[in-house]
Amino acid sequence: MAFISSGYNPDKPMENRITDIGPRHFEEFYPPVIKANKGKWLYHEILEPGVLVHVSESGDEVYTVRVGGARLMSCTHIREICEIADKHCDGYVRFTTRNNIEFMVDNKNKVAALKADLESRKFIGGSFKFPVGGTGAGITNIVHTQGWIHCHTPATDASGPVKATMDVLFDDFKSMRMPAHLRVSLACCLNMCGAVHCSDIAILGFHRKPPMLDHEYLDKMCEIPLAIAACPTAAIRPSKVELPGGATVNSVAVKNERCMYCGNCYTMCPAMPLADAEGDGIVLMVGGKVSNRISRPTFSKVVVAFIPNETPRWPTTTSTIKKIVDVYASSANKYERLGEWAERIGWERFFEKCEIPFTHHLIDDFRDPAYYTWRHTTQFKF
Amino acid sequence: MAKHATPLLDQLESGPWPSWVSDIKQEAETRAKNVNGIEYQIPVDVCEDVLGLMELTYVQKRTHWKHGGIVGVFGYGGGVIGRYCDQPQQFPGVAHFHTVRVSQPAGKYYSTKYLKDICDLWERRGSGLTNMHGSTGDIIFIGTTTPQLEEIFFELTHNLNQDLGGSGSNLRTPSDCIGSSRCEYSCYDTQALCHALTVDYQDELHRPAFPYKFKFKFDGCPNCCVASIARSDMSFIGTWKDDIRIDQKAVQAYIGGELKPNAGAHASRDWGKFDIAKEVLNLCPTKCMWMDGGKLVIDNKECTRCMHCINVMPRGLRIGQETGLSILVGAKAPILDGAQMGSLLVPFIKVEEPYDEIKEVIEGVWDWWMEEGKNRERLGELIKRQGFQKLLEVTNIEAMPQHVQEPRHNPYIFWREDEVEGGFEREITEFRKHHQR
Repeated sequence: MAFISSGYNPDKPMENRITDIGPRHFEEFYPPVIKANKGKWLYHEILEPGVLVHVSESGDEVYTVRVGGARLMSCTHIREICEIADKHCDGYVRFTTRNNIEFMVDNKNKVAALKADLESRKFIGGSFKFPVGGTGAGITNIVHTQGWIHCHTPATDASGPVKATMDVLFDDFKSMRMPAHLRVSLACCLNMCGAVHCSDIAILGFHRKPPMLDHEYLDKMCEIPLAIAACPTAAIRPSKVELPGGATVNSVAVKNERCMYCGNCYTMCPAMPLADAEGDGIVLMVGGKVSNRISRPTFSKVVVAFIPNETPRWPTTTSTIKKIVDVYASSANKYERLGEWAERIGWERFFEKCEIPFTHHLIDDFRDPAYYTWRHTTQFKF
Repeated sequence: MAKHATPLLDQLESGPWPSWVSDIKQEAETRAKNVNGIEYQIPVDVCEDVLGLMELTYVQKRTHWKHGGIVGVFGYGGGVIGRYCDQPQQFPGVAHFHTVRVSQPAGKYYSTKYLKDICDLWERRGSGLTNMHGSTGDIIFIGTTTPQLEEIFFELTHNLNQDLGGSGSNLRTPSDCIGSSRCEYSCYDTQALCHALTVDYQDELHRPAFPYKFKFKFDGCPNCCVASIARSDMSFIGTWKDDIRIDQKAVQAYIGGELKPNAGAHASRDWGKFDIAKEVLNLCPTKCMWMDGGKLVIDNKECTRCMHCINVMPRGLRIGQETGLSILVGAKAPILDGAQMGSLLVPFIKVEEPYDEIKEVIEGVWDWWMEEGKNRERLGELIKRQGFQKLLEVTNIEAMPQHVQEPRHNPYIFWREDEVEGGFEREITEFRKHHQR
């Protein structure tokens, strides 16, 4: 393959350089019915799972067919999205913040053909390319992070557990039987490149072993003071270490019992890796939300302290999630989010109903907020 | 025949949900066939090696990506994440596998022309694998080599009128909800504000001068579909000051069962006949609404705009007309000192171009954070360390009860000397004249 220049001249990097132009202007990409009716929408209705209509004061309507997708997506797949959008939607398409794809048409009689086309397309392996759903009181697509496909600090994969979980929850992506909408998110380490800490169900990758120390290289690869300063529990201190060859080098020592496995030191110092096949796995958190509806936004709470990374399909993780979803669906009141339901019945009842064992790991012992999570009343359930 | 056997990954091809394994395989096949005669600038079998590397990772259960690597384009401190494989001999196609963040258009609407254009570029100069989209909002190109970075940037800026997004200790690419472009709940034009601030703060986005990352997110209403309140250092959430608009006839149609509650969101299950008392009035957090002889009455002064009644009866109730936004600050994920939710700083501000009032708040906060923030200290952590009072001082905002959920639990007030009559300097000798040792 011969190198093909874009026109960039490495000897004169500033020549002809264009910078700071930002993204393309959004109005270039509005479908005509959106451009004409922006700010004039009167109401919307979910006609069936995955199909919405928005009605404007002008009388115009826009019909949206929402489909799920893996956010890890090839150009071949994007071209297929374009082909569908060219065929049915005058060459426009939209993505949602939860990795869904929205195909919009301006007339009701275009919906059936679009929907049938989307539902008919499958990958060679058998999975749907464009499953229609993800609306209303159901379970929509999982927002997630990179995981093993591209990240250096993950404690679990992202795309794999997401695929396995959505396969298990697929019926609820395609229907709206939940008491309220239920948001599932995944972050592959507690850096949490996503809002998993406020999700109805959060799948979180977590390390459980303190960092290994690559003494021979540590001082060459890292700024030792930065690695020490990065530790939130002051578990790292400077040390001198004698290497097997006899040479003494500057390095660090870690007080293992103070380590909370956050990986912040590894972020600052590549000579302190944490990843471990047995140590790493998944924490499940539940009951968070970001909406201000009825109750205030809340953080998710840890209800399962550890599940091993069971590649390739994470069966314990997905079956635990499925159990929580089913118990919630059958027990909560209409409009009640998972966390609101758990709070109403009491967390002791939540663990009982979901058949999740409660262990000491689930009692907060991290700094001030911990105290506010203990029980300060005689009101509890047996 | 695939280059690497992937028995574990193959198990992720079954099941109904779209399989990324199948998708990467089809991309590998497209590249191998190359029917369009593309002159690939990185290894043709890059996708095969991605799958091989992932299979190894599924066996060993540890990532095979090395830590970081400083690569980028000239003059920018962000937008490219360096990534190198730790088994380059076995998987040479992904020896270099850098990420390029491309600043997405507000609202994430696209023309197919644009999408095909970026595919043309990315198939030729990268792996052909993307994220649509990354968690922060960017279009993510996953996997290219160092020599391609300037070429990609040059083609993006010259041919596609398109810039990179943010990474590192700078303003991250802002993102927004669908807003008034297709949502009747939106209290302002989220796309207009998101785009304007993104363009105005390009320097902050491309050149890291902050203590750590900083995120803007724009939600059109308190439903918070982009989760701004949980994950942005500065969250702009639409709200209104006047009365919810009521269409009494439509309210009656909900009561009578002609209209489906919550826009039909609960349709897959029989929840029984709609009961306005049970489903709306009694769930209202402030109990500010009631029925008066067949008419719905709202005591708007007591309403906290939680959106529930509007969500349940979108044809009967509409947001008010005196609209604007609230600014909340300091949200972040748990790293390091625990998660923080956004804290209300500005209850109401009008959204009017050129957004000077909003920018005044932003820049006041930035000046303080850039001066006082420690390395890798998010805004929320600085607020905790120096106090909410300090935040009010630097933004020139008066304290008000809206700022707190409840007043403080302790009397340890840090009085300023000028607030205490007579000041702090006193004579011990004068004191001792009246009080023996």
